[in-house]
Amino acid sequence: MTDQTLARPEAKKRSLPHFNPVYVLVVALILAIIVMNPAFGEPTGYMNFLKRVTALAILSAGALYVIVSGGFDLSVGSIMTLTVIGSSMLASNDPNSTYWIIPLMLGIGAVVGLVNGLVVSYLKVPSLIATLGMMITLNGVAFMWSGGAPRGYLPDTFRFFGRYNITDVPVITLLPIAVICLFGFGAILWWGLHRTNFGRLLHAVGDNPQAARLAGVPVERVRISAFVVSALTAVLAGVILGGRAGVSVDIGSGFELQAITAAVIGGAQLLGGRGSVPATIAGALALEAIFTLLNLLGLAQPVRLVVQGLILIGAVALATYQRKRSGR
Amino acid sequence: MNKTVITFAVLGLMTGSAAAQAPNFDDPAEFDKQREQLTATFNGPADQIYRQYAGNEMVDTSEFATDAPWTVCFSNAGVNNPWRVVGYTNMTEEVKLHPEIGTFTHVDAEGSDDKQIADIDDLLAGGDCNILIVSPNSTAALTPAVEKACAAGLPVIVFDRGVTTDCPVTFVHPVGGYGFGIQAADHIIANVPEGGNVLMLRILPGVDVLETRASGARNMFEEAGLTILGEEFTDGDNAKTKSIVEDYLQRGNIDAVWMDAGATAVAAIEAFEDQGMDIPVITGEDQQDYLQKWRDLGFAGIAPTYPSYQWRTAIIAAVQTLKGEEVPGPEWVLPQPAITQDVLDDYINENMPPLHYAMCGCEDMPTYPEAWGGNE
Repeated sequence: MTDQTLARPEAKKRSLPHFNPVYVLVVALILAIIVMNPAFGEPTGYMNFLKRVTALAILSAGALYVIVSGGFDLSVGSIMTLTVIGSSMLASNDPNSTYWIIPLMLGIGAVVGLVNGLVVSYLKVPSLIATLGMMITLNGVAFMWSGGAPRGYLPDTFRFFGRYNITDVPVITLLPIAVICLFGFGAILWWGLHRTNFGRLLHAVGDNPQAARLAGVPVERVRISAFVVSALTAVLAGVILGGRAGVSVDIGSGFELQAITAAVIGGAQLLGGRGSVPATIAGALALEAIFTLLNLLGLAQPVRLVVQGLILIGAVALATYQRKRSGR
Repeated sequence: MNKTVITFAVLGLMTGSAAAQAPNFDDPAEFDKQREQLTATFNGPADQIYRQYAGNEMVDTSEFATDAPWTVCFSNAGVNNPWRVVGYTNMTEEVKLHPEIGTFTHVDAEGSDDKQIADIDDLLAGGDCNILIVSPNSTAALTPAVEKACAAGLPVIVFDRGVTTDCPVTFVHPVGGYGFGIQAADHIIANVPEGGNVLMLRILPGVDVLETRASGARNMFEEAGLTILGEEFTDGDNAKTKSIVEDYLQRGNIDAVWMDAGATAVAAIEAFEDQGMDIPVITGEDQQDYLQKWRDLGFAGIAPTYPSYQWRTAIIAAVQTLKGEEVPGPEWVLPQPAITQDVLDDYINENMPPLHYAMCGCEDMPTYPEAWGGNE
């Protein structure tokens, strides 16, 4: 009886309309950018911005699968690096090579994800360590392959996805291929996590693996699939980032943490069971928008880093507070 | 009066340790010296730029003469960027040209001061080295380690970044960072009308050879009445470079982009190219992708160099020392030419990798171009 009276106020709060604060954050940041720089409201402004954020957005949405299943994938940045280095080494300036290189890279990505998943599921190595080891290994492979400096260019057919714009589009004037990729892959990843049985199983495994197992969920297979999805999206992110910026030997470094940050800003729970693809993509937009805004303010770099860090902590703290208050 | 003294003393205490260590990156005397050296005549064989040297000062090394075969030890700050990859290849190929070198021991500090200090300790403890070549990771931190090697009686050759002791046999380096900044800034000042907007892109703060490039150029822009839009750090990352330039383009016109190193110059060029804009003056470095882009798009480029042939010179200096021959010193200053429009085609080689640094002085080696990743 007493239990019920205590629970009532909580139930009342739960019925209040609840926004994920990340959307508020993104809108606020974008408005601030437009106020600072009206040119951002022009198609070249916001399309460039979306083009820039595509790689991180797709990567984060893929990494979210692993986070929801209760793990971490630190190897995604090194998969991006390997994709870009490997593609440039294999392409040898042949524009026709793109058609077999991208499928090959996706194949390599799938194998990497499979290994990550097997190591975590069957060798019982914590995912943080397993994927950290994979990250170091893949960075080493990429370094050995290239000898420490890029040995080739990416042909224009490869760079198409990250670099080219369709011009003369009505209303929005130009439409970067990358933005089409962002919406396309974003939709697929949203569907996979929120509208399929696999997505429900992922949530179940992340929420309580023991309960999921007892309920008959094939926990190992679900986990392995999550790592494969994450690795595949890392390859796609690598293709888009390499396309946008060209070859660098450490092009993917730091992206693994940015992806996790984007997911957390989007309200994902780090130990699994909760997360949203659209909110994670919004988290990626927020991260990039913070960078752009601080750049526009013309603050010196050290000040920018401080502000960036504080906004990150604030955003996540707010998300956590809201969740607690709404009792979820 | 007393108050002022106390204030200064407190300030001194607060900043003391840092200030005592921090080298001066804006030194007008050094700036003037390097400006002169850029156009000075160098001694040495005309067709072997990596053997040339400024001035006539030589060091006697007869005390270090040793019978071959030698063990040459090399403590390397790192092979962590494409310039160092090219340089290290120059070095290993140069070693092959000297049959007197029996063993070449290379230890890679992977960009860490601590590891390099430990590396040098290990090499000294091993006792096998006839000579020690050091490419210091940072100036202040490695000075005691180099002094320790000297004290052990070992001849030491330092190159690339320096140390603050004169105990090494010689310090091999090209003209220097101010020189690099001057060449790029001169070109911008000559090609941009007064009051024009310059964006300065830098890799990272705090590295002496990069700080001097920036401080020299900054002073020159201010003197010439150009507006510096900003100084941004790119971490040597193409994507970040492109984003920074795009952001600045949204805020207004850019007449020139000054770069402290060329590895991301092509990304800066693409930021203009992708928006269908004319390419302004963008400075770079001698790496192939920039040189080819410059030729293809035909903008007003220039490629100052920090020649990677100094890695060859370090081996040559070591060989001369162990033979007891005179070595240019205590500083072996190498020429530091800039690649300009007139000589651009001489340095383009489409068979080389995109980040091959053309000013490598390596074309006369038997293993060129395969060892550098090029195709015949």
